[in-house]
Amino acid sequence: MKVSLSWLKEYIPVDLEPSVIAEKLTMAGLEVDAVEERYDYLNHVVVARVDAVKKHPNADKLSVCTVDAGGEQQIQIVCGAPNVREGMFVPCALPGAVLPGDVKIKKGKLRGEVSQGMLCSAAELRLNSDASGIMDLDGEFVTGIPLAQALNVSDTVFEIDLTPNRPDCLSYIGVAREVRAFMEPKQPLRLPDFTLANDKIGNESIHEYATVQIKDPDLCPRYSAGLLLDVTIKPSPFWLQQRLESIGLTPINNVVDITNFVMMETGQPLHAFDFDEVAKGQIIIRRAGSDTDFTTLDSKDHTLEPDMLMICDGERPVALAGVMGGENSEISDDTTRVLVESAYFNPVSIRKTAKKTGIATDASHRFERGGDPDGTVKALKRAVSLMAQLCDATIARDIIDEYPNKAVPLEIDVNTDRLNIRLGTDLDADAIHEILSSVGFEVEKTHAAQLKVGVPFFRVDVTRPEDLSEEVARLWGYNNIKTRYPLVPAEGRPLDPKILLREKLRQIMIGFSFFEAINYNFIHEKFCDNLNLRGDDQRRRVETILNPISDQMSVLRTSMIPGLLETMKRNISQQTISLKVFEIGKIFYATQKGFLPEEHEMMAGLMTGNRSVQSWHSKKSDVDFFDLKGVAEGLLGAFKVKNPVFEPVVDDTCPYFKTGYTALVKSGDHLIGTLGRIDDKVLKNFGLKQAAFVFDFSLKSILEVLPDVVEAEPLPRFPSVSRDITIIVDRSVMVGAILKQLDLISQRETLIERVFLFDAFEGHPLAEDKKSLSFRVIYRSANKTLTEKNIKKLHTKISTAVLDQFDGDLPE
Amino acid sequence: MQNNIIDIEKEAIESIAQADDSDQLEQLSIKYLGRKGVLTKFLRNISSLPESERPSAGQNANILKGKLDTAFKAAFLRLEALDDKGPAGIDVTLPGRPVQQGALHPITQVAKEISDIFLRLGFDIAESPEVETDYYNFEALNIPKYHPARDMQDTFYVSENIVLRTHTSPSQPRVMESTNPPVRIISPGKVFRCDSDLTHTPMFYQIEGLMVDENISFGDLKGILTTFVHQFFDKETSLRFRPSFFPFTEPSAEVDIRCVMCKGQGCRICSKTGWLEVLGSGMVHPAVFENVGYDTDKYTGFAFGVGIERMAMLKYGIDDIRKFYENDIRFLGQF
Repeated sequence: MKVSLSWLKEYIPVDLEPSVIAEKLTMAGLEVDAVEERYDYLNHVVVARVDAVKKHPNADKLSVCTVDAGGEQQIQIVCGAPNVREGMFVPCALPGAVLPGDVKIKKGKLRGEVSQGMLCSAAELRLNSDASGIMDLDGEFVTGIPLAQALNVSDTVFEIDLTPNRPDCLSYIGVAREVRAFMEPKQPLRLPDFTLANDKIGNESIHEYATVQIKDPDLCPRYSAGLLLDVTIKPSPFWLQQRLESIGLTPINNVVDITNFVMMETGQPLHAFDFDEVAKGQIIIRRAGSDTDFTTLDSKDHTLEPDMLMICDGERPVALAGVMGGENSEISDDTTRVLVESAYFNPVSIRKTAKKTGIATDASHRFERGGDPDGTVKALKRAVSLMAQLCDATIARDIIDEYPNKAVPLEIDVNTDRLNIRLGTDLDADAIHEILSSVGFEVEKTHAAQLKVGVPFFRVDVTRPEDLSEEVARLWGYNNIKTRYPLVPAEGRPLDPKILLREKLRQIMIGFSFFEAINYNFIHEKFCDNLNLRGDDQRRRVETILNPISDQMSVLRTSMIPGLLETMKRNISQQTISLKVFEIGKIFYATQKGFLPEEHEMMAGLMTGNRSVQSWHSKKSDVDFFDLKGVAEGLLGAFKVKNPVFEPVVDDTCPYFKTGYTALVKSGDHLIGTLGRIDDKVLKNFGLKQAAFVFDFSLKSILEVLPDVVEAEPLPRFPSVSRDITIIVDRSVMVGAILKQLDLISQRETLIERVFLFDAFEGHPLAEDKKSLSFRVIYRSANKTLTEKNIKKLHTKISTAVLDQFDGDLPE
Repeated sequence: MQNNIIDIEKEAIESIAQADDSDQLEQLSIKYLGRKGVLTKFLRNISSLPESERPSAGQNANILKGKLDTAFKAAFLRLEALDDKGPAGIDVTLPGRPVQQGALHPITQVAKEISDIFLRLGFDIAESPEVETDYYNFEALNIPKYHPARDMQDTFYVSENIVLRTHTSPSQPRVMESTNPPVRIISPGKVFRCDSDLTHTPMFYQIEGLMVDENISFGDLKGILTTFVHQFFDKETSLRFRPSFFPFTEPSAEVDIRCVMCKGQGCRICSKTGWLEVLGSGMVHPAVFENVGYDTDKYTGFAFGVGIERMAMLKYGIDDIRKFYENDIRFLGQF
C-alpha cells in the first residue's frame, strides 16, 4: 500500500518529519518498507534561462535556443513550444533525466540541429495540466538549481507492507486513524462528506430505472447502488490524476478514476457499470451456476465454476463479483448513464474466485481480507457526489441498499487483569480505555477491571479479548513492556537418543576427515532410472511434488545417493577432485494417497579421488573399497556395535553399486546399511567418470543395535603369546569365511584372545588360482604366563581345522 | 697460589656465562683449556711450588678443569639452541604428515549453537515430520483454507492435504496434543517454500520455540528472546520488538536487532535501517490452544521462530544464501 503524505494530510493534519511518521507507523504494526520522494524524477530537471531564440533552419515550428542551464557554457536546445522567448526562466531536462511516460532525455540532433536537453511544459513534468507551451517560471532564479527546489514541490510516499489482518489500513482514512493514534495532542480526523446533503439531486429516482436482487446473500450480504444520468466521460481533473499517479495508479477517465480514488480513500472497492449495457436495468447477484464463460474488462476469457459469485443483469453475467468487471458493461467514452456498485462480499468466496481465475485486483485484495459492511453506502455517496461534480452528471434520487442480513456489531468483554497478565503490563482500566478509544473502539467501563468494547465493523481482525490485548500492546508500545525472565523448574529430561546419535555420528565423521553436506530433499524426477533401480524396487515409491520449482527438484528422495553424487559433480567441476563428504537427512517413501509418507533418517557418505591430502610424505593413491569399509568399521567400532558383519551382495539389492564391489552391513541378522563402489553406468548417468565409493546407514537401525550398556573389562594381568598360521587356499575362498570359522573356534577356546588377518598375497610364485593368507592368533591366559607347551597343541588344532575346512595347504 | 686458582675459576665462569656466540666461546675455551691456556700454564707452574703445596694445587687445578669442561659444554648447548643452523638432524621445518579434520556444515553448527542456548534455558528438543498434513501446517495453527495468510507462505503440495511443511510451527500443535502444560520445547528442522532467487532457497532451516504455562506473558517472551540474542551475538546487541501478524499468535511481534554489521549506522545488509529482522514471535493464539484442548483461561504461552540461515549469514558474513546448499568443499571447509 502506497501512501502519499500530501494526500494523507487531507484527513489528518500531521506535521511530523516523514522519517518519524515512518518509524511510528512501523512500531504500530504498519511496517514502512520504503520512504520515497515522489518527485525523484525531477532529479535532472533544472531551472534555465533562455538567452537567445532563433528559427530552426529546417523546420518552421521549431526554434533553436541558447540556454543557460547553470553549466560553465550555454547549451543549445531545440524547442517546439510557441511561447518560448528570450529572457524567460523555464524548466530544462538535462541528458539523463527520465520524465513521466518513460521519456528519456538524451543529447541528440533534431532536424540537423544539436539539442542538449529539453525545455518542458508543466504537463510534461506532471506538475499541472498545462500543455500549451513550456512552463514560464515566474520571477528571477539562479540558473542550474533543481526545479523541485525552485518550485518547492515535494511529496513523500510511504510504501507500507501491510499484514493481511489489517484491511482497514488499505485506505487513507484507515492509515490516518493510525497516525492520529500516535499524535499528541490528538486531532479529529477530517472526513469527507459521506452524505449527499450538499449535492444537487435529480428528479428521477433510481427505482424508476434499476432493481437489485441478491439471490445468494451468504456470498453477498450487502449490495448498495447509485445511478448517475447525463454523464460526460472525459479525463479527470489534474488534481485527481495527480492523486492517483502519486501512488502509481494510471488515470483512465473520470468515472473509473473516481471509483479508484474513493477506494483508496475509504477502502471500499467500487465498480461502475455502463447502465445502458445492463439488460432490463436489473442487477442480480448470484452464483454462476450454469454460466460457464465470461470475458473480463481486460479482454481475457475465463471459465466459470458454478460456485463463483457473479453480478448479472437481466440476461447474463456482467462482473466477476468483487474481482473484476466484464467487458460487456465497462465504461466507455460513449457512456452516459453509470450505475455505481458498492457492496460487501464474503471474503472466502472472493478469494476462491480470484485464485481460480488467477486475477488479483485492488478490489479482490481488499474484499478477500474482509471489508466494512457498514461502509458501502458512505463510499457510494462519496463517489456519486464526486461524479456529479467531475462528470457533469445528474444524481438519480435515492440509492438502492440491499442488506438482507444486517451485520451485528461485536462487543467484547475485557478483563483488564487478564490482559495485564498476558502482556506483563500494569495498565489500569482507564489507560486501556484511552488506548482503545484512540483507534475507534467504543469503550465502556463496566467494573473496576472490566471493559465492554464495541468493535467497529472495519476492524475485521478483532474478535476476542486477546485481539484487544494486541491493540493495547502495540499502541502502548512493545518496547515499553517490561522484559521479564520466567522461572523454570530445575527438572531435566533426557534428549531423544536419535538426537544424541546424530550428534555423535557427525563428530565421528568429521574426525574421519569427512565434510558435512546438506542437499535438498527434492531431487530429479528421473533419479530412480539414474540409479538403475528395478521396476519393483521399493525406492520407486516416490512422492511427487505437484508444484515443483523444476524437474530437477520435483520428487522427494528415497535415497541419499543422488544428492551425494551431485555434490561430487559440483565439486569436481570446481576442480576439487578428492572428496570425503557425508550427509545426514531423511528419505521419504510414499504410502497411500492423502497420507503422510514414511520418513527415514539416513547417514550416507561418499569418498572419491585421493586417499589422503597430497603431501611430500606419501605417493598419490586413490581411495578404494577398503578405505570406505575402514570408515564403516571405524563407525561401528566407535558405537560398540556387536558383531558387525559385511556380507557380499549377490542379488541386485543395490543396482547402483558395481557387481562384486558391494556389501551389506549387518549386526547379527540386523541390516543396518550398505556400501559399495558406484556402478560405471550410474556414474555416467550423473555425468561422472571417476570412481566413487558410497555407504549409507539407517539411523533407526543403528539405534536398534547399539549396546544398552558398555561395561568395563579388567585389563589382563599376564602377557600374551602370538602364533601365526599361513595357509594357501583357492582364490575363491572368502577371508570372511575363514575369519568366521576362527571366531567360532575362539569362542570355544578361552585361551584365544583374538585372531586377525595380517597378510594376504596373490601372484608369483603361487599358482594363478591360489592365494596365501596369514593370520595371527593371540593367546592369553587369565591365570598365568603362557609357554610354548601350553599352546602348541591348541595352535596345531586350529591350523588343522582351517586347513581341512578350506582345503588349504601349508606354504612350502 | 690458592687464591690464584679461585680467581681463575671466578673469571672463567663469568666469561663463559657472558659469551653470546660459539666463536667467542671457542676463544675462551682456548684461553683457559688450550695448550697454552691459563690452566695448562698453572699446571706447568706447579713444579715451581713448594713440595708440600704441590698435591693440593694439582688436585684443585684438575677439579677446576672438570668444572670448566662442564661449563663449556653447557654453554655450547645453550648457544646451539639459539643457533638457526643447529647441528645435523631432521629438518623440522618440513610439513608434518597431514591429519585432516572434516567440518560440520555451517547450518548444523549454528543450529546446534542456538539449540544449546535454549537447552541451557530449560527447553527440550521436539522434532516433527518434514512432510506434513495441511491440518498441522495450517488449520491447527489458525490458518484456515482460503485465508489470505496462506499467501505469506508459498507452499509445495504433495497432494491436496499433504504439504512440505512451510515452517517448523506444526511442532507446536503436535507437541501440545501429546503433552500437558507446562511445555518448553524447541524444534529445529528443514522447511520448504516454493521460492528460489538470490535471497531464497526452496529449502531452509528454522528453529521453532514454544513455552506454555500459567501466567506466561509477553514480558517473558521478551526476556527469553533477549537472553537468546545476547548469548548468540553479544550483550551489547540491542533488540526491538515490533508489532506484526502471524495467525497463530496474538499479539505477534517481529524481533529486530541492531545491525551487527554497521552497529546501527545503516548499511547494505540492513537496507540502511540500522535494524535486522531475525525472529518472528508472539503469544500463542487462543484458537491454537482450543485446537489442542488446552484451557485458555488457565494457560498462556509464547512461540517464536528463527531462520538459521539468516543467523549463520550474520555470524559468518555470508552474503548469498544459495552457498549453503551448493556443498562446495571450499565453502564448507571455512567453518
